[in-house]
Amino acid sequence: MKNPEEIFEILKKEFGESILAIDKDVPTEPIIAVDPMYINKVGQFLREHEELKFDSLMVLSGVDDANGTKIKDEDETEVISGGTLSVYYHLHSVYLKHKITLKVSTPRDNPKAESVESIWKTADWHEREAYDMFGIIFLNHPDLRRILMPYDWEAGYPLRKDYKNPEFYQGMKVPY
Amino acid sequence: MGLLDKEFSDGNIVITKVEDLFNWARLSSIWQLGFGLACCAIEMMATSASHYDFDRFGVIPRNTPRQADAIIISGTVTLKMAIRIKRLYEQMPDPKYIISMGSCSNCGGPYWEHGYHVLKGVDRVIPVDVYVPGCPPRPEALLEGLLKLQEKIRNESLRTHSV
Repeated sequence: MKNPEEIFEILKKEFGESILAIDKDVPTEPIIAVDPMYINKVGQFLREHEELKFDSLMVLSGVDDANGTKIKDEDETEVISGGTLSVYYHLHSVYLKHKITLKVSTPRDNPKAESVESIWKTADWHEREAYDMFGIIFLNHPDLRRILMPYDWEAGYPLRKDYKNPEFYQGMKVPY
Repeated sequence: MGLLDKEFSDGNIVITKVEDLFNWARLSSIWQLGFGLACCAIEMMATSASHYDFDRFGVIPRNTPRQADAIIISGTVTLKMAIRIKRLYEQMPDPKYIISMGSCSNCGGPYWEHGYHVLKGVDRVIPVDVYVPGCPPRPEALLEGLLKLQEKIRNESLRTHSV
């Protein structure tokens, strides 16, 4: 059993630059920030390392940090430009009974992160959901399509903070 | 209506209007499409179960729209499901009736403002006969809705589909 600081040290030693930081100033467990292009390698390492053995991905969730600049476009609707979209990974080791939280932040205008589907099968549908709701692209995911919204939904990604619902969908009025 | 109040000892002839006979037959065996959407469906199932016994009104679930008379929209209608509901409705033979059960299918319910995925009332895609309010409605409320629907069918005329 290891605490997050020790896990951070092990990761830092193995991956160096790709492990960005550890944030302890949070009400939850410390959060380790990882480079989005290396999250699959870090995940593989976390799963296989003898002293870590993270065999379970409890949840993977997308977050709109909404930390860009808010600007008004032509028709007075507020849109967010710049900033980041994040993905959080909550891992648990059933063998060693320790937990850890990882985070990757991707630029809002080009949100891409490596998929961890091949490491934890849980990630399959969870990544599809993060894609559906936030538009985060998971590279090398085998089947990245919408999971909750209709396949032909063209109005964007509903859980983004600057999302605007369409007036009509397939001839049906959407707003109240 | 007086179909059976004279009893059979009075002779084997019952005199009634074709309209009344049809309406009586229709309202006494409303087969509902076996179809549930959300938490309202749990109440609908409770209504079908022995304690409230939907069957005493002739309501039994039928698992094909081709042989169903009514459809109870019991729950939140998402935009994705609305397309399917419309198709099911189109597959049902006339005369067909719709009970909208609960706030969600009446008007969007708690999703009226921020429900990006919810159709704000099933009457935007299919014509509703009876609205049952509640979140979810108790079985008594659904039974009341059914009685209202029976009342509506009783007053139908052959010349127009509904009064």
